[in-house]
Amino acid sequence: MNRIKYLISLICLLGLVGFAASALGAGTEFGGDNEIIIQFSSPVDKVEAADPERYIVFEESDPDIRLRITSIEVADDGREAKLIFADPLNTSNTHVVNTSDIGGAAEASFSVSKSYLGYLISILISALLINNFVFTKYLGLCVFFGTAKRKETAKGMGVVFTIVIVVAVSMSWVIFQYILKPFQLDYLQIVIFIGLTSLTVQAVDTVLRKVNPVLFKSFGVYLVLVIANCVIIAVPLLMASNGYNYFETFMLSLGAGGGFLLALYLMSSVSERVELAKVPPSFKGLPIAFIVAGQFAMAFLGFSGLQLF
Amino acid sequence: MANENSSIQLVTNGILKENPIFKLALSMCPAVGISTTVMNGVMLGIAVLFVQVFSSVTISLLKNFIHPRIRIPTYTLTIATWVTVIDLTLAAYFPAAYAQMGIFVKIIVAFAIITMRLEMFACKEPVTASFWDGLGMGLGFLLGMVVIGFVRELLGSGAILGYDVLGFKPLLFFILPSAGFFVVGLMMGFFNWIEAFYAERKKG
Repeated sequence: MNRIKYLISLICLLGLVGFAASALGAGTEFGGDNEIIIQFSSPVDKVEAADPERYIVFEESDPDIRLRITSIEVADDGREAKLIFADPLNTSNTHVVNTSDIGGAAEASFSVSKSYLGYLISILISALLINNFVFTKYLGLCVFFGTAKRKETAKGMGVVFTIVIVVAVSMSWVIFQYILKPFQLDYLQIVIFIGLTSLTVQAVDTVLRKVNPVLFKSFGVYLVLVIANCVIIAVPLLMASNGYNYFETFMLSLGAGGGFLLALYLMSSVSERVELAKVPPSFKGLPIAFIVAGQFAMAFLGFSGLQLF
Repeated sequence: MANENSSIQLVTNGILKENPIFKLALSMCPAVGISTTVMNGVMLGIAVLFVQVFSSVTISLLKNFIHPRIRIPTYTLTIATWVTVIDLTLAAYFPAAYAQMGIFVKIIVAFAIITMRLEMFACKEPVTASFWDGLGMGLGFLLGMVVIGFVRELLGSGAILGYDVLGFKPLLFFILPSAGFFVVGLMMGFFNWIEAFYAERKKG
């Protein structure tokens, strides 16, 4: 029962976000690559609404850069206008549309943005596939090639890594946001972030050993390797340089961990097959693993244009 | 024993017998990620050399004061301190090269090779030996990066150190980011082949 309640409230939240309109407007959304659709609450004069001179559109972060409108299509009932722009819009940024003398209102302002949840999910998908840390950013390779030989090890390493990175990056975010930034200690980033990671690893090690010795026996060996993985330091650094808030940080770390797990699992599936194949003796082991990884990297390039939200 | 630990032997050990990139296969991320030009390789190689030498010396000096239970976090924090030093230095004096290397300078902190050398060598051996070992490992890494960068730059853009030498671009593919995996894989295979070839000749 509780779950359904959550789901409903989530859907309501989804509907509310991105719906910020004034008395004149009922709603706004992005159409195609270069379109913004505005719905009016009451019918407006078609000639007025079709005049590009009456609209001023800009990205919220750059109010001085006006976006050029090529044409405007107004629906027959006068309740909807579609603004078509000369250049494709950067739909991940919030856009502001100001109108003047339309529908009797002297001034009206609309803001257009994608729903926040969609934005968060796009960060997750991006870290998972489009900017996969192993195949498109070339990080964490030492541990990757070391543990991608058996599916079992791949799964163990991936899961342990995901847990540690989410916990460690969450702590890094708190320290960065409330200690490093206010006191301008940015140059301590590397020391603090890697120190927190060591601490997390040590803590997980101790807790797991006491709480669940069986789990520790199968996963404990991977804990040491986590600290030697470049991704674990790259994610907090990215978080700091992008100025992410907590939800964005959480999604980024989850995507990084999940992406590593995915890469490990894919690679280990191939490695198990390669062992049975006839490989030239001088290419056995690491060299062939590198070439397989190169092919994966090229395949992952295919995700680069992916845009879900 | 004294002969085995001579400084020259320690340095060549890092460059040839235990080359961090081609033999130990550690610290592969930069070897794949930013080895598109010789210059990148030289810059990052120098950064790693610096961090390796200074961390080795620091740990070797402090080895009697470090409790064995917390030795790994101590190593990590030592490395992080030296990485911060080189990171700020490069950003201040070589901003163009630093921008090209991006996040990779900061990531030296997680390089397995440095921690491994501290654990295997510097925490047991005297200061001078640790210095030479660190120098050898750093030079080995530098050499590996330069070799990969040389191959990729020459074949990919027909240039060396930015100067056009061939006048044409033989295989543009090599300059693409994902080709790093192929280049490293092929070179490792090639070195294995040479080794096997000489071992065979020595025998017969």
